[in-house]
Amino acid sequence: MNIHEYQSKSILARYGVTVPKGRVAFTPDEAEDIAKNFMGDKLCVVKAQIHAGGRGKAGGVKLAKNHQEARQFAEAILGKKLVTHQTGTEGKEVKKVLIEEGCQIARELYLGMVVDRAKQRVVVMASQEGGVEIEEVAAKSPEKILKEYVDPAVGLIPFQARKLAFGLGIDKSLVNKAVKFMTGLYQAFVDSDCSMAEINPLVITKDGNIMALDAKMGFDDNGLFRHKDIHEMRDLDEEDPREVEASRYSLNYVALDGNIGCMVNGAGLAMATMDIIKLYGGMPANFLDVGGGATKEQVTAAFKILMSDEKVKAVLINIFGGIMRCDIIAEGVIEAAKEVGVKVPLVVRLQGTNVDLGRKILSQSGLNIITAEKMNEAAEKVVAAAKG
Amino acid sequence: MGESEKVFSPFRRFSVSPFQFIFFGGFVSILVNKNTRVICQGITGEQGTFHTRQMVEYSTKMVGGVTPGKGGIKVDGIPVFDTVDEAVRKTKANASVIYVPAAFAADAIMEAVDAGIELVVCITEGIPVLDMVRVKRFMEGKKSRLIGPNCPGVITPDECKIGIMPGHIHKKGKIGVVSRSGTLTYEAVDQLTRLGLGQSTCVGIGGDPVNGTNFIDVLEMFEKDKDTDAMIMIGEIGGTAEEEAAEFVRKNVKKPVVGYIAGVTAPKGKRMGHAGAIISGGKGTADEKFEAMTKAGIKVTKNPADIGSTIKQTLKQ
Repeated sequence: MNIHEYQSKSILARYGVTVPKGRVAFTPDEAEDIAKNFMGDKLCVVKAQIHAGGRGKAGGVKLAKNHQEARQFAEAILGKKLVTHQTGTEGKEVKKVLIEEGCQIARELYLGMVVDRAKQRVVVMASQEGGVEIEEVAAKSPEKILKEYVDPAVGLIPFQARKLAFGLGIDKSLVNKAVKFMTGLYQAFVDSDCSMAEINPLVITKDGNIMALDAKMGFDDNGLFRHKDIHEMRDLDEEDPREVEASRYSLNYVALDGNIGCMVNGAGLAMATMDIIKLYGGMPANFLDVGGGATKEQVTAAFKILMSDEKVKAVLINIFGGIMRCDIIAEGVIEAAKEVGVKVPLVVRLQGTNVDLGRKILSQSGLNIITAEKMNEAAEKVVAAAKG
Repeated sequence: MGESEKVFSPFRRFSVSPFQFIFFGGFVSILVNKNTRVICQGITGEQGTFHTRQMVEYSTKMVGGVTPGKGGIKVDGIPVFDTVDEAVRKTKANASVIYVPAAFAADAIMEAVDAGIELVVCITEGIPVLDMVRVKRFMEGKKSRLIGPNCPGVITPDECKIGIMPGHIHKKGKIGVVSRSGTLTYEAVDQLTRLGLGQSTCVGIGGDPVNGTNFIDVLEMFEKDKDTDAMIMIGEIGGTAEEEAAEFVRKNVKKPVVGYIAGVTAPKGKRMGHAGAIISGGKGTADEKFEAMTKAGIKVTKNPADIGSTIKQTLKQ
């Protein structure tokens, strides 16, 4: 799960990570009020709050000299669809702006943390290339990225933070501030089950401060159960409505661009099903994993989600019944199909436990279901059906 | 912190041999065999009870269960203990299978490790990744091997099933299977069995980003196992475990290896069901993994329906 910049900064501020003074506004009136009364009518920045990078280049970040300008910029940005390299061509509508005090920047740096899968530890990454995407730096000049791996038993040790700070060329007089900043960020990371935290840019101001000019935090969905406060920060406007609906039934759904809907049990098999559809000349409309032990309710919900996608011209249900018996799956599919209605060709491939009974139930249902025994046969049939 | 790895890796190299020494009576399959003595952590839960029955039906030696606070009762005649330590002392268990909910699973794994269980198989899905980071740190220097979490488990057909896979689709034979996925592994195993190709051992290493056993560990065991003639590795998008495994195969594996990667059509930056199945920062794509495998001499198939036939062809050559 991702949250907005202003939310990340509110979490980080609690950990002693210095962030600029700021408040979020939902209307131009609020923006003006914040700039005038909270900022003291000084230079401030109006920043669009969407879950995507590249906002500055897309015109979503403006420097305002006074509260009148803050209002004008808020008016221009709020309600606007911002198109950045991370939003896709349709862009994302801006529903709130962060009004923040401006600062005099001396240097822009990068600081980030993720779980390194190969090392199985949290890695702290720092680079002098602030404001540039870390992937870009990693591709062009990996030697410019400094790394420290954190032993979870002791946390980020001050000497590790010092190594990074000196490595970044931070002035001696500011190194202790940098250490406090980094250890604070690490503590916020582990306390809130982050999957990533990124300060880009981390700035050194002309008056000798170290500050998070931008802040991005991503959270491990598996850890959210113990962070109700963070879970409440979820912004459903930022997510695909079908993905939101699927998550209510604990289904894993990802919308894609194709026209063949698929419903599969198990993530690996679901990806393999998408791949084989493409291999046979079709394009999957989604990834949908109903899980190993899907219930009738889940199958029905999944079916509704697939049918609600107007792009979908045919549906492939691919189930490998393990502990989940094929006859139960067949009954679930029939119930769902009857309830929701099947407007497009439906190809069902069942395999595994009680497969014969499952197929018999499907063929006797009176529903217009195309059956297949093997995965490639199912893919071939659904691709043909989608072409009409 | 490269030191920590050095502590662990030499150990890793020998971790299969204690089993082979213990059961020197002629069974040389990897990880588990008919003498493996298994306890179930979370045996009184719905999943734990159900799958314990399934494992008993498959003739797995289920010698005990653990549910804190329920010690003294029995589930289908299997004694339940309050702690893993007590279960190990009283049943001589050397393997454990974990079905406890995600919030308590890391605790359960560490309890099993502390009690000296040699093989810990964690089925539980949804464990926070930072819990697993702490578990891995806790396991450094200890003798236990962890399989999973978020995995179907391990099976040596006709001998021992530890996990949730449907036993009946398996057939005893000479193909080793290692995979990050559950149902996709069943799919591959089913293809093999239909082609008359049995399996030596099938290991589901799980779909989480931080796990106990990786491809390399299992491939290395298969390479040394005289009951395995060839192996199949099934990977998916996310991370670089497949690339590292490919490099290992190039250098160390002489037996034929067939590979498949799921997620060619997966978009970037989206989690595909498994916590570990995500292309982040443009890294971990299926194409990169296929390429690494091909370069390493692994016979790859891009069609998941052809995993079985590809290994059949490879064996003919």
